[in-house]
Amino acid sequence: MTNVPAYAEAKGGQAQVASAEVRKQPANEVGQGYWRTVWGRLKRDKVTMTVTFILLMIILMAIFAPFVTAYDPYAGGIMRRLKPVGTPGHWLGTDETGRDMWTRIAYGARLSLLTGILPVGVALAVGGLLGIVAGYAGGIVNTLIMRTMDVFYAFPSILLAIAICGMLGSGMTNAILALSIVFIPPMVRIAESVTTQVRTLDFVDAARASGTTTSQIIRHHILNNVMGTILVYATSLISISIVLSAGLSFLGLGAKPPEAEWGLMLTSLRQAIYVQPLVAAIPGFMIFITSMCFNLMSDGFRGAMDIKLNK
Amino acid sequence: MAEAAPKPIVDVRDLKVEFRRREQSVAAVNGVTFSLMPGEVLTILGESGSGKSVTLKALMGLVPDYAHVTGQALVDGKDVVGMSRDELRQIRGPVVSMIFQEPMTALDPVFTIGDQIAEIIKTHEGLSHRAAMKRALELLEMVSIPSAARRLKNYPHEMSGGMRQRAMIAMALACRPSVLLADEPTTALDVTVQIQILLLLRQIQKEMGMAVVFVTHDVGVAAEISDQVAVMYAGRLVETGTVYEVLSERSHPYTEGLLSSTVHGGMKGQPLDMIRGQPPNLAALPPGCSFAPRCSQAVESCHRVEAPAVTLGPGRLVRCIRAQPLLAAE
Amino acid sequence: MSAPASYKVYMPPVPEEIRGGKAQPLLIVDKLKKHFPVRGGVLNRVTAVVKAVDDVTFEVQKGEVLGIVGESGCGKSTTARLVMQLIKPDSGTLVYDGDPVGAFRGISVSQLRRKVQMVFQESFASLNPRLSISDSISYAPKMHGTARAEAEERTERLLRDVGLNPAQFARRYPHELSGGQRQRVNIARALALEPKLLILDESVSALDKSVEAQVLNLLVELKEKRDLTYMFISHDLNVVEFISDRVLVMYLGKVVETGPVDEIYRNPRHPYTKALLRSKPSFDPAHRTTEMPLTGDPPSPLNPPSGCRFRTRCAFAESICAATAPELDATPDSPPQHAVACHMFVAGSGHSRAISGGLV
Repeated sequence: MTNVPAYAEAKGGQAQVASAEVRKQPANEVGQGYWRTVWGRLKRDKVTMTVTFILLMIILMAIFAPFVTAYDPYAGGIMRRLKPVGTPGHWLGTDETGRDMWTRIAYGARLSLLTGILPVGVALAVGGLLGIVAGYAGGIVNTLIMRTMDVFYAFPSILLAIAICGMLGSGMTNAILALSIVFIPPMVRIAESVTTQVRTLDFVDAARASGTTTSQIIRHHILNNVMGTILVYATSLISISIVLSAGLSFLGLGAKPPEAEWGLMLTSLRQAIYVQPLVAAIPGFMIFITSMCFNLMSDGFRGAMDIKLNK
Repeated sequence: MAEAAPKPIVDVRDLKVEFRRREQSVAAVNGVTFSLMPGEVLTILGESGSGKSVTLKALMGLVPDYAHVTGQALVDGKDVVGMSRDELRQIRGPVVSMIFQEPMTALDPVFTIGDQIAEIIKTHEGLSHRAAMKRALELLEMVSIPSAARRLKNYPHEMSGGMRQRAMIAMALACRPSVLLADEPTTALDVTVQIQILLLLRQIQKEMGMAVVFVTHDVGVAAEISDQVAVMYAGRLVETGTVYEVLSERSHPYTEGLLSSTVHGGMKGQPLDMIRGQPPNLAALPPGCSFAPRCSQAVESCHRVEAPAVTLGPGRLVRCIRAQPLLAAE
Repeated sequence: MSAPASYKVYMPPVPEEIRGGKAQPLLIVDKLKKHFPVRGGVLNRVTAVVKAVDDVTFEVQKGEVLGIVGESGCGKSTTARLVMQLIKPDSGTLVYDGDPVGAFRGISVSQLRRKVQMVFQESFASLNPRLSISDSISYAPKMHGTARAEAEERTERLLRDVGLNPAQFARRYPHELSGGQRQRVNIARALALEPKLLILDESVSALDKSVEAQVLNLLVELKEKRDLTYMFISHDLNVVEFISDRVLVMYLGKVVETGPVDEIYRNPRHPYTKALLRSKPSFDPAHRTTEMPLTGDPPSPLNPPSGCRFRTRCAFAESICAATAPELDATPDSPPQHAVACHMFVAGSGHSRAISGGLV
């Protein structure tokens, strides 16, 4: 492919057109695909790169929790209760039963991230699918799906999550299930609106006009173009999900003591707020940082994926 | 020239507009010079990205904040370049006003046509609401909107494209401006409506003795409306003159190419003479003459040296290296 | 226009090249109709009907360029989409090269879509932004089972045919191309299934004039090289005159006049065609247009006027025009292919200016 003969000589007048057109394009851009362009822009965006790095660190910390600390997250000791930040051996201090805070935070990241990410994942799969179907099919299917979603929309998300948790009973699994249900309607709505937009573009008609089947169109033309937007939106939902799941645990509807989970840690350290305010604030700080990083990352992705800038 | 010679109402000298952005800066207008007498119609003819619309917007101070504007643009004796927001607000309406390609975006969807026109009259002339509405009615009648009194109470979306365009013209004329700027006002219209709007503009312009700067990409429209034509390419005026001179002499190769590649009657059955290639990227203009890469008559020096502006007569300017011997021959 | 009878007779399969013969029109569109209901109110009832295309009948001969002109809302783009079967017609038949489409012993819609392809107006919207140029062009052939290597080779040849160097363009993405280049890609993409008929729906309208001329030249060249037939839809009268052999003039969902391009442009009959042609800017500052050929905007196709749809803007409208809709019929004093739908050209129609029957 690289060594196509000098076409300009071969084809006379019309070929001049091509060579003149080519001259205009800077050489370094040739064949740069969409995702490469996005990556190029992301690399230049310092904020997004920084928050992504922080998130990566938090995730690594969660995965390798046993390797970053020597303590057992459940082993406490009356003598070591509520040590301040900077205590030798316990650099983040200890909690109200004397468990090492750093260990608890590292292990707690596992549950907190899980309850943050998993509901969004479930909502992405279910809501994304429903939304794409609604958007592509239109008509009665659309009305049916979208009106059902509107019913869920009538309640504020935190109240809905509490209500579902209350019905199903407390526990991690139920908390995740409740949050999944809460996140499905917004996911459907986003997926439906981008799909509707893409479906009306001429290239979908052009594909239909070439005899492409509906499932092929959805797989090759629709998914390709809507996934980016949907994924970005899902990332921004993670930040909300982390806060909500921490909230559920805080209310006693999610994780159960003695499990390590940031929201739960916040509840149990509540009483210690006048004794060791700094230690009591650590789980809250972690929730804040993680949630904000997901939010900023999502913003950064959204900006980088805006292809229209390059039109 | 005698002292009694009327002063131009628009006088632009070496106007430059550069859009400075983080990633790159784009030179949209690169030294444009022209002047316009009261009661004349000047058409700036050019393709997309030639800088014609930006030039027009600069005359009204409508460029965004990241645009860097230099040079001089006298409108009715006052320099628009470097004017404060307040000063601009004062001249917009009574001195200079503008009509756009898409009236739907230029009209406010939540107010009636009558209210929008009256609002302008009230701000600039301090009339009462009743008097302003009366003027609005006269204006709608002037732009030949049928059953104007009823139309005053219409919202923009209740009108057809041609009627909206007329309403926008009425709004632009509300304070009897000395200069009207028209940015492709007929491009989005059907051909039968386009000619109506052109005839209307021509008639109103004569009646009011107003100067008009008209921007279009359509040679046919330019032939219908202009006294003067300025052909713009890559942010520069490559040829200026009266409409007869520019359309018949075509001294610049770009003008020649543009005119012969525009399809009109009697060209059937033969390949169209065309300009090869695409308009240049304004972020990376070629050195020398911007048109040289597409010019069939370019010589080696065209790619190195910027083409000189050769004056062939009063108001008649050609920016081409080949124009020099042309002048000598005469 | 006599109804084509040939498709009603069963014909055994013949080689495609000689199917139907030279005289058989490539496409016959008979009484095509599409009304869009407009729903509104609390009960979502049909409150109005947009008569987008109403009893449109025409033929496309093999190897010709049929130009379709008209103002916005005249139904020219809907006609294109109906022919492509992108929208389902309410009624009417399509006959492709002697074979009725979607009928017993005819050809299926998917077979039709390999023979007929379309190029849209918006060059950017009609390319999938996530696919490279070569992937976009080779997509349909691959979908229809062409081997990868062959599809790739065909793509390269097509790019060359539309004036783009494959080495430089094949791996690029739509946003890296200019409007003219993208439209060339769209043409290549449409040609990938080797269709016989290409529908060009305002395909050059969004381009700059200098680029438009390049693409028009390309279209003329491709037509000769690949033995194509075009349906060329545009609002630009000059471009249609340049490229077409025959012209169809539409107004509010109806065909008002059709005929050879020279007949239509030199000797227009229908008052609307006349006004439309007189509305063209003159290109000569010494002979400017001085009077308005038509007043007002084209009315909305929502519940159009009764009888002749043009009568509300027509200077010659009489009571008969409101009462009955004129049929599209051959004019008595011009070539038989020239047909017009106007009461003034029907002897004894009841219009005071109707031609006398003696002329026939």
